[in-house]
Amino acid sequence: MTPLHLCLLISSGLFCIGLTGALARSNTILVLLGIELMLNAANLNFIAFWRFGPAPSPANGMIFVLFAIAVAAAEAAVGLALIIAVYRHQKNIRLQEANTLRG
Amino acid sequence: MLGSAAAAMLLRNLIHSALLLILSWASVAAFYLWAGAEFAAFAQILVYVGAISMVVLFAVLLTRQNQVADVVIEPASRKRATTALTVGACLAGILSAAVVASRFPAAAVTAPATTVKLIGLELMERHGAALLIIGVILTVALIGATLLAATEAKRNPEDAP
Repeated sequence: MTPLHLCLLISSGLFCIGLTGALARSNTILVLLGIELMLNAANLNFIAFWRFGPAPSPANGMIFVLFAIAVAAAEAAVGLALIIAVYRHQKNIRLQEANTLRG
Repeated sequence: MLGSAAAAMLLRNLIHSALLLILSWASVAAFYLWAGAEFAAFAQILVYVGAISMVVLFAVLLTRQNQVADVVIEPASRKRATTALTVGACLAGILSAAVVASRFPAAAVTAPATTVKLIGLELMERHGAALLIIGVILTVALIGATLLAATEAKRNPEDAP
């Protein structure tokens, strides 16, 4: 069991927790946070391969992680703004109630 | 890290979940520090623990409801939770089996020597275009988020009963 295996196991655990949360919860904020957890697991993989991978490059993995964090921040801001907009319309943030557009 | 994330997804109290998720992000930053990626760790702390957590807490407080109405668990949501747990457990099994079974070439013993100066040079020279695009994306996303959250829903006069 090398450190790389350990990191990959940790990140797959984090990914599965995020996936389960995003699928199971009916609160929209928690669904968004589950997606954030999955993004974090992907970042963890980048760092693990950058550090323990076979051919380490000076900074590639870390720069990829920086860009991913920036995109995740933008995504979280837009997502929470959407949640607030939906809440203002419906006075509710449960996913099942937001079915106005259902055919 | 994993424990606080799992507890955050399980708890019913939204504020507790948000605080536990902040703990989980902080431990991800600790993992980065352990792996020798100091710059990514500090970026993670600044962005997640500092900024996103504030936005999440604001959203939780703004959309807060009375807790009494939330106690009833519908059978549909229970069924969905069971399905999600099954999917998550299956995926965890598949992923960990794949990870354990795979053989990687020998790892480098020492961490790649990455200084902040090197990161800055790489960002500005090799990845300059990506940096500009990220800046534009962030600006557009934040303006859009402000517009979405700040505009009052205008009600049509004809819609009124």
